[in-house]
Amino acid sequence: MSYAQKTRDLYQSQLEEIQKAGIFKEERFIHSAQAANIEVEFPAGSDLKEVINMCSNNYLGLSSHPDVIKAAHDGLEIRGYGMSSVRFICGTQDIHRELENKVTEFLGTEDTILFPSCMDANAGVFEAILTSEDIMISDRLVHASIIDGMRLCSAQHDTFKHSNMEHLEEKLQLHADKRLKLVITDGVFSMDGDMAKLDEMVRLCEKYDTMLLVDDSHASGFIGKTGRGTHEYCNVFGKIDIITTTFGKALGGASGGCVSGRKEIVDMCRQRARPYLFSNTIAPVIVSGVLKVFDILSSSTERRDKLEKNAAYWRAGLTEAGFILKDGCTPIVPVMLFNAKLSQDFSRDLYNEGIYAIGFFFPVVPNGQARIRTQISAGHEKHHLDRALEAFIKVGKKYGILGLTRDQVVEKYGM
Amino acid sequence: MEDTNLNEMKDLVLAYVKKEYIDDDDVELTYDTPLISSGYVDSFSMVSLLVFLEHKFKIKIPPSKATPEAFDNVNNIVKLVNQYLNT
Repeated sequence: MSYAQKTRDLYQSQLEEIQKAGIFKEERFIHSAQAANIEVEFPAGSDLKEVINMCSNNYLGLSSHPDVIKAAHDGLEIRGYGMSSVRFICGTQDIHRELENKVTEFLGTEDTILFPSCMDANAGVFEAILTSEDIMISDRLVHASIIDGMRLCSAQHDTFKHSNMEHLEEKLQLHADKRLKLVITDGVFSMDGDMAKLDEMVRLCEKYDTMLLVDDSHASGFIGKTGRGTHEYCNVFGKIDIITTTFGKALGGASGGCVSGRKEIVDMCRQRARPYLFSNTIAPVIVSGVLKVFDILSSSTERRDKLEKNAAYWRAGLTEAGFILKDGCTPIVPVMLFNAKLSQDFSRDLYNEGIYAIGFFFPVVPNGQARIRTQISAGHEKHHLDRALEAFIKVGKKYGILGLTRDQVVEKYGM
Repeated sequence: MEDTNLNEMKDLVLAYVKKEYIDDDDVELTYDTPLISSGYVDSFSMVSLLVFLEHKFKIKIPPSKATPEAFDNVNNIVKLVNQYLNT
């Protein structure tokens, strides 16, 4: 046995440190399918509680849609459970290619390659297309999976201040001598819910002969008038060189992701991206479900329209009640509380009121920027939102923060 | 005289760090403030600081010397710059 007591002690002390820092993550067991109403066991061992889910990425309410479930069942029956192979040995079915073609058409790109997740897509794409002669220039608030992907790549890297186009231009000038330049951003930033200025970024990238990568995981399926993503919203559809996105959020919510973009870039990923080369193909049951999701989205914009309406209703209700929100127009609506402990207490009290919403604080968000991040779904009905608003107001009154400015909340509770 | 030059260099570097990396006007930085280990500067952004130092002081710092430790505060950065100024 090599797991000595000193090894156990080391891990235990690290875990204790995490607990002491107040950032120990605990899972809450959900006993129902993903939906607006869920049954939750929390803390572990307690009775089940029915709560309204205000924090899932199930933006379009498709995670438990009957047509998606039926398509997944049919896929399971006809194509089997697994492929027991990576894609390039014997793991590619016709439906994998069919899905790649559907994604390409939906996103308005040249080609697409599937990955087991968007985390894997981001882990693989940079290393596959860039070398030490090149530079990656990323927004300072990009998702952790992009940061990990950049770390795996030998290209140089630099950053620009969040959504600051003057700073990005300075960086493009600074690195003008590099062989290839790639600007990297999230389409919608997951913690703040704000959107990248893709129209300006495309203009700058064209001016400085630079490629642009957008991770549209929090946008694909619902941002833009037909839900194609942030490039549709910003009127630069067809002009993004690389889009990475996930099927694990709005697009059915199971798993899987992709790199979609210029043909040669996708081909390079097929030859060199290690998460594609060395991990299993996406299971046929998931591919079948996601194909149905694209059928649903292509036939009607009803769900994204409802989501847009729900998000506007939720935002207006919270604002009128006197909460401080991060500005934006996406279904990610952060309710700012600034103080870490207040965000945890607030979340706990909401749960007691039957509302499931999580508090985020440093280091997940900057120090002094603690918040409850709410996420709206097309699966929410008006009565869900009204009930949630009632609970937010009740808890907000308890802590005496309604109508206060940021400085007043900070004065009352500290940073 | 030497001290004056050293302090001028430190002020130049400090001004660049504030402009480049700090968005919050309330943050007070000194020559000793940890920059990378405290999260003010992420390790990905160090390249622009390196390019600034090389252009400003007309030196070449090998990538192996541009470590997060060497760049963790203004005093360390200026110490590193001086090594290459004097070679």
